[in-house]
Amino acid sequence: MHELSVTESVLEIACRHAENAQASQVTDIHLVIGHLSSIIDESVIFYWNIISKDTLCEGAELHFIRVPAILVCLNCNNEYKLEGELTPCPNCNSAKIRVVSGDEFHLDSIEIQR
Amino acid sequence: MTENRIKIVEKILDANDRLANENRRRLDAAAIYSINLMASPGAGKTSFILSTINALLSEDIQIGVIEGDTAPVTIDSDKINAAGMPAVQVNTGGECHMDAVMVENALDQLPLTNLDLVVVENVGNLICPAAFNLGTHSNVLIASVPEGDDKPYKYPNIYRGLDVLIINKIDLLPYIDFDMEYFQKGVEMLNPGLKTFAVSCKTDEGLDDWIDWLRSRLPNR
Ligand SMILES: Nc1nc2c(ncn2[C@@H]2O[C@H](COP(=O)(O)OP(=O)(O)OP(=O)(O)O)[C@@H](O)[C@H]2O)c(=O)[nH]1
Ligand SMILES: [Mg+2]
Ligand SMILES: [Zn+2]
Repeated sequence: MHELSVTESVLEIACRHAENAQASQVTDIHLVIGHLSSIIDESVIFYWNIISKDTLCEGAELHFIRVPAILVCLNCNNEYKLEGELTPCPNCNSAKIRVVSGDEFHLDSIEIQR
Repeated sequence: MTENRIKIVEKILDANDRLANENRRRLDAAAIYSINLMASPGAGKTSFILSTINALLSEDIQIGVIEGDTAPVTIDSDKINAAGMPAVQVNTGGECHMDAVMVENALDQLPLTNLDLVVVENVGNLICPAAFNLGTHSNVLIASVPEGDDKPYKYPNIYRGLDVLIINKIDLLPYIDFDMEYFQKGVEMLNPGLKTFAVSCKTDEGLDDWIDWLRSRLPNR
């Protein structure tokens, strides 16, 4: 999808927090990405290497922590993992479901040197 | 030299969300209702806006339109202007979606004090627009019959954030294998009870109900 704007946002957030912490360099960045937020790691890394040049984040490594998509059936309370396409509850076939996790899309933490 | 881990936990699109909130405040202050209209390319977004403009023409309801396209074209905004309403064309520069900054800049170019409704025609795409809050009051998706009945299953995210669903081109139902029950079951899983209007912008079938709903949303009406 829109990997470039996502990568720019990551850079802005990481640099802002690194400056506040008076870092001399950011070495690692940990991103938490839910399965339902379709982001291609390789493209983010590709843009990252270009746009992080000459910033506090130059050379920092991106780590993607993936959170699976978990749905809960509102009829029988069965929790199930969504791997591919959307499916009704595998236990009772009900279509009344709710997303428990998988929407996560945040920058969790950075590792810096001072 | 000391090494440190700093906990942040900030939403990656937080800056966009903050700007979206500002757009909303601005629209509210001008007593304008606003819609983020999404769909795949060719689903009938512009046709639907034109039908809506025509249906409300006699009621002196002023509609401003923000047209997002990935290329520097004015095809859609020309059509809106020809229908007598102000339109701003936004070139997203290849980006696959509109974001809150683009809407903020476009709002600067619309005569907000005169308007009752602002419609943002998002870039034709079922994936990316779903992730970017624009600050509009409602998210509306047009699903058109020729796209097929499996789209809720393939593009679940866009359906989850919707306030209204328009099923367009129902005049084509006799010619296309579109299983309405299968389609609506997918929608129901993602967005139970979603307000849905089945319409044709070619025959005007079903548009009255949509117009009634829309009219009920407009402040000062
Ligand atoms: N048969 C039929 N055709 C329609 C209907 N609504 C729109 N169309 C046609 O579908 C085509 C695309 O319509 P547009 O309104 O340009 O679609 P759009 O979503 O704005 O397209 P982009 O802005 O390019 O993404 C045009 O040829 C319309 O005449 C409908 O209800 N029935
Ligand atoms: Mg259009
Ligand atoms: Zn169940």
